[in-house]
Amino acid sequence: MRHPVELKGRPAADGIFAGPVFFLSTADAVRQPSGDPAIERRDFDAAVAAAIAGLGALVAGAEGEGADMLAFQIALLEDDALLAPARDLIGQGKPADIAWRKTVDAEIVGYEMSDDDYFRARAADLKDMRDRVLRQLSGTGGLGSQAGAILIGDDVPPSLFLEADWSKGGAIALRQGSPSSHVAILARARGVPMVVGLGDIIRDGHSEAAIDGAAGLLILSPDLPQKQLWSAKADALSARRDREAPFLDRPARLENGTPVELLINVAEPEELAVLDPGHCDGIGLMRSEFLFRDGRPLPDEEMQYRAYRRLLDWAGDKPVTIRTLDIGGDKPVKGLTPEGERNPFLGLRGVRLTLARKDVFTAQLRALARAAMFGNLKIMVPMITLAAELDETAALLDQVMADLARDGVAAKRPPLGIMVEVPAVAVAPEFLAKAAFFSIGSNDLTQYVMAAGRDEASVAALGDPSHPAVLRLIAHVANFGRERGIPVSLCGDMASEPRHLAALIAAGLRTLSVSPASIARVKAALAEIKTN
Amino acid sequence: MTDWTSSSVVIRHKVGLHARPSVKLTQLAKSFASTVQIAGTPEGPWIDAKSIVKVMAMKVKQDSTLYLRARGGDAAAAVTALAGLVERDFDEDKAHAASG
Repeated sequence: MRHPVELKGRPAADGIFAGPVFFLSTADAVRQPSGDPAIERRDFDAAVAAAIAGLGALVAGAEGEGADMLAFQIALLEDDALLAPARDLIGQGKPADIAWRKTVDAEIVGYEMSDDDYFRARAADLKDMRDRVLRQLSGTGGLGSQAGAILIGDDVPPSLFLEADWSKGGAIALRQGSPSSHVAILARARGVPMVVGLGDIIRDGHSEAAIDGAAGLLILSPDLPQKQLWSAKADALSARRDREAPFLDRPARLENGTPVELLINVAEPEELAVLDPGHCDGIGLMRSEFLFRDGRPLPDEEMQYRAYRRLLDWAGDKPVTIRTLDIGGDKPVKGLTPEGERNPFLGLRGVRLTLARKDVFTAQLRALARAAMFGNLKIMVPMITLAAELDETAALLDQVMADLARDGVAAKRPPLGIMVEVPAVAVAPEFLAKAAFFSIGSNDLTQYVMAAGRDEASVAALGDPSHPAVLRLIAHVANFGRERGIPVSLCGDMASEPRHLAALIAAGLRTLSVSPASIARVKAALAEIKTN
Repeated sequence: MTDWTSSSVVIRHKVGLHARPSVKLTQLAKSFASTVQIAGTPEGPWIDAKSIVKVMAMKVKQDSTLYLRARGGDAAAAVTALAGLVERDFDEDKAHAASG
């Protein structure tokens, strides 16, 4: 019986869970070498076959670029030109994991040395492929026993999250990681409790743990009173969920019956697979960054067009607001975002970057205009500060429409709206009255108004979106929109938190875009809000 | 030793022979029994068109000429098929044409 170990990290996804722990191997997971080249060779071949089988299963559930990259890994693992050097080293007496790592790492260097961004980005695929085989070799390749357990590791790639079985609950506790990572976004969408930045989590015989996502707390080997506490918390949570569940498929209404348009924020198209479009009024924020992952090749127009069409297919005739590429700041993409900026959040990000990279922006606008034929698509431009930026974007969209018409390609010009997240716009929205709609990005607006970085734990208390200064700006934008007939919504995290909803309604907002996991909770909370 | 059947074709793909086109090229090459090789110059070096590791390592860029050659029972069909795949830009424009 181990003594309880309590660790404090950063909250990444809310929720309570207690159960067995499942330690993910790191890339340096140890394999006990057998000392027998024949056994090493047999295990190596089995590990490669298992990695290929695992990838094959993933390909079946993946689409577009994701599927292409998985197919690339399979092709590599089926190539004797890659396997032969590893087998030769094993024949010379090297343990299988060391032989494999040495072989693939030599190959990776060739990619990393390339002067071509596309080839250099492939290094990440080779590393992923290498680690898949290494996980098999260290006996931790399968996630089969993971269902209903707390996954513990350094960091988790999105592919592993999507591979995992969350039907029996479960949670994620990471030594490193970030609340703004892709995995954290997925965890919030799926309602999987997650804590990051826990530092050293020593395995040390622990087989059970309890996690509180909102509190950023992980307890290894909880004692009886702690278990009872967790079970009480879990009961309270499930009671709350039971109370909220009936609201899921009802329209969002205030206490007096006033309708609220409730949209959802989506980061990964995969999230839509588990969501019913009937539970919301559309997509208020589709982040397009999923197409532009760091380390992946830039998506071409065709790939983007197909991805956007799938979103519209899901939504039917409901609106789908797609935000143009919003990288920079804390979201670097190699080959696109500037390196060495002293203060990236105040640097070349969002529309500032896409206007500097017209090739990338044009391809995205073309794909959006073509996809707009198939549903109610709106384009939202992030980080707008000046009217000139919106004008330049609109001119680019006009050019795109003219080019498409000239080439006889079917397309439609979507409404062009903006994110209101730079204080200059929130203070003086009249300069951007040409926008088709405003969507308040309360996360960035708060960090810029309060001068408190989103990911700085030391100033986290300052980054309060309910500070009167932030709320006053939100009300100002909402009033301006109402006077001028410009639709205004809010798509920041605060809309998903019941404690902020009364303030947002009082500020005059009647359209909110929330995380998919919070739909029922937000509807339940709205139904209690009284207005006059 | 029988002769090689040869051809050449210009890579139009905008990022060259990267991961997705390379997967298609090697898969197609593997569907032939013949030895199939590609090179960046008519003099070689010739590399195995069935190996994705080697094809990727050529780092062929847009607008460069790809030389193809094959030797074996279905050599002519292999060269024709591979050149056709490259000429059709790896079939990536199909969806575009259909929707446009």
